[in-house]
Amino acid sequence: MDLIWLIPLLPGLGAAVNGLVGIRFFSKAQAATVACASMGLAAALSIYAFIQLLGSDARVHDVVLAVWIPTIPLETVDGIGAFRVDWAFRLDPLSGLMILVVSGIGFLIHVYSTSYMQGEPDGAYARFFCYLNLFCFFMLTLVLGANLLVMFVGWEGVGLCSYLLIGFWYHKPSACDAGKKAFIVNRIGDWGFVLGIFLIFFTFGTIDFRGVAEGAAAMPIEATEFGAISLICALLFVGAIGKSAQIPLHVWLPDAMEGPTPVSALIHAATMVTAGVYMVGRNAVLFSHAPMVMSAIAVIGALTAVMAASIGLTQTDIKRVLAYSTVSQLGYMFLATGVGAFAAGAFHLLTHAFFKALLFLGSGSVIHAMNDEQDMRRMGGLKIYMPVTFVTMLVGTLAIAGIPPLSGFFSKDEILFRTFLHNRALWALAVLTAAMTAFYMFRLIAMTFYGEYRGPAWEHNGSGHGGDEAHAAADDGHGRGAWHGPHESPSAMTGPLMLLAIGAIVVGFVGIPAALGGGNAIEQFLEPSFTASATLAEVETGAEGEAGAVVGEPVDAEHEMSRAGELGLMALSILVALGGIALAHRLYIARPELAEAWRARGAGVHRVLLNKYYVDELYHGTVVRGTMSSGRGLWRFDGLVVDGAVNGASWLTRASAKCSQLFDTYIVDGVVNLVGWSAWEGSFSVRRLQTGLIQNYALVTVLGVFVFVSVYVFVR
Amino acid sequence: MIDITPSHYMVLSATLFMIGVIGVMVRRNIIIIFMSIELMLNAVNVNLVAFSHQWQHVTGQVFALFVIAVAAAEAAVGLGIILAFYRNKETVNIDEMNVMRW
Repeated sequence: MDLIWLIPLLPGLGAAVNGLVGIRFFSKAQAATVACASMGLAAALSIYAFIQLLGSDARVHDVVLAVWIPTIPLETVDGIGAFRVDWAFRLDPLSGLMILVVSGIGFLIHVYSTSYMQGEPDGAYARFFCYLNLFCFFMLTLVLGANLLVMFVGWEGVGLCSYLLIGFWYHKPSACDAGKKAFIVNRIGDWGFVLGIFLIFFTFGTIDFRGVAEGAAAMPIEATEFGAISLICALLFVGAIGKSAQIPLHVWLPDAMEGPTPVSALIHAATMVTAGVYMVGRNAVLFSHAPMVMSAIAVIGALTAVMAASIGLTQTDIKRVLAYSTVSQLGYMFLATGVGAFAAGAFHLLTHAFFKALLFLGSGSVIHAMNDEQDMRRMGGLKIYMPVTFVTMLVGTLAIAGIPPLSGFFSKDEILFRTFLHNRALWALAVLTAAMTAFYMFRLIAMTFYGEYRGPAWEHNGSGHGGDEAHAAADDGHGRGAWHGPHESPSAMTGPLMLLAIGAIVVGFVGIPAALGGGNAIEQFLEPSFTASATLAEVETGAEGEAGAVVGEPVDAEHEMSRAGELGLMALSILVALGGIALAHRLYIARPELAEAWRARGAGVHRVLLNKYYVDELYHGTVVRGTMSSGRGLWRFDGLVVDGAVNGASWLTRASAKCSQLFDTYIVDGVVNLVGWSAWEGSFSVRRLQTGLIQNYALVTVLGVFVFVSVYVFVR
Repeated sequence: MIDITPSHYMVLSATLFMIGVIGVMVRRNIIIIFMSIELMLNAVNVNLVAFSHQWQHVTGQVFALFVIAVAAAEAAVGLGIILAFYRNKETVNIDEMNVMRW
């Protein structure tokens, strides 16, 4: 348990080895071995730590590795406080759950990638695994961090890795643009997060999660006024919006699909985008004290869910459908946290990680089989070519649609139930989303796996063509040589698919609600993470009045609801899901021409949905264009005024130098030359004295002596 | 009979000296000029010996002897130069001796 700091460090080491040595020297097998081994070890360690956590009474384990920022006196609301940050990691139920998800699914995706990225050259292959490992390092740091600043390190690090991996194929301009978009949109969220951290320190005098929770628990709930805690929560939520792609910062996630598919599965479905939900859950006590912000979270979550789901109805790119589905499901999670059901949100995070990673990896398998084709209109009928992918994706689809007893049913139903208790309008939106989810997911399945094959023709292996050899080569390294038609993926890809499918089936059983005879184990397990008194078991009873009143509110309401009512809601959501599935079946399998007719009838709506409500265009027209034109204005200011000043200064210097040069040439040199010239000219007359006649000289000498003697004699 | 005083010697010496000076300045023959220089040296010798006698002091006579010795050396060197000059120019006219000018 004291070794939990090794869990993030191992992938970090893997990234260092692959990045420093691997990119130059490693073969593909070596790079993949380093990356998968480090992740496998981290996953094993995570499972071990989790088992220990389950076995021990204490629900929280802190490991302080080193002092990061020694104590600095900084001003807080109660005078000068001590700002001190440790490299501290904390294992509690919530982070334990998260490290299982991150390292476990991360490991499976690493294994999957070894095959998926086989077509890359050696250097790029090692680079990919370096980034992927680095991502896991930062993500595990994020979830294990015991204070906001360590979490922020991970938060920024995963953003960086997201940028690097979205733009992994940097020779594609669209990938570069998508990477930049993700990074810049996330900056807006990070701005809120950083301000939130500042304000947390200013308000509570600490940035340790536990200290903040205890501090917040001691403060009154800001039910009516928008106080410090509300402001903190609003700022933190801005960060969560950016990271988890909620309205209005959702625009980066669909574009992030430019990255390799395993990246989409790991970063943009299972782990990184859920960091926002995790962060809100981490600060559950804080958020519980800001009901106004909670309402805003619930509303934004519900709106995001329904909006993204409606966009997903019309998209034709297989990965984009899944991306909007992810945005929509993240909306569910925020809806859950917004209505106070933190555990339900975390539960949905867990199940979503499994089935969405499964769906993404399945779509990767399909894309791989179709020779990098992503448009579902050019797929179809793949069921017979790739049975494993079909079955596992069907499992994932049933899970996300909420068909019992698959995992998505339990978590989604928990959210719907809690939302129903809280607010009927939001519940209606959520149910609508559930129907749309079932519809677009089965539309995806129908367009991809059912019907007739609509893709490009391929070169059949002729008998006299050395078919076996060519096929072996195609299996070995994809992207090289001729494409031999859709085919099942190698076992390194189908293996993780099957494991994730099993996960998507069973992981829901940890949260069987009481109405179905279960104990809702996960909710009880996670409870300590969402209360202020989680640190000490014995305090739990004492602080019941304080913390219990905050988090226990929905529990009280639950009693009012009859068990029959809950079962009725469940039946309704199943019916809604089945309705969506039936509609998708009718439109895309039974009578495809009907879909065309419907599209023609609702052409306007369809166009709006296909263009994602024109949000990108709106942002481009306002924010991007405004930024660009102000940048251009600044550039012009730079060119005219700043450069003008610099150039003016240089012109002045040159002019004064010119003056000085003229002075030098004509005045100083003139004087010198004048002296030389006059000596020269004077010499013409004086040199005549030099006659060369000795008697002249003698005469002058005698005259001189005569003069001197005369002066001596007569004048003196 | 009048006494011979230093003034007489000095007049003699000055006369001799002036003859020498004028000889140096006006004559063109380099040999004559040379002789005029000797005349000036001897005018000085007369002066030295006269004062030596007047003050009964031997230094003047010794000095005169030195002058005679130096004059002898000078005569040797000077005649050598004149000889060399004559070999070049086939003349001893001082006016021909004017190459050391501008």
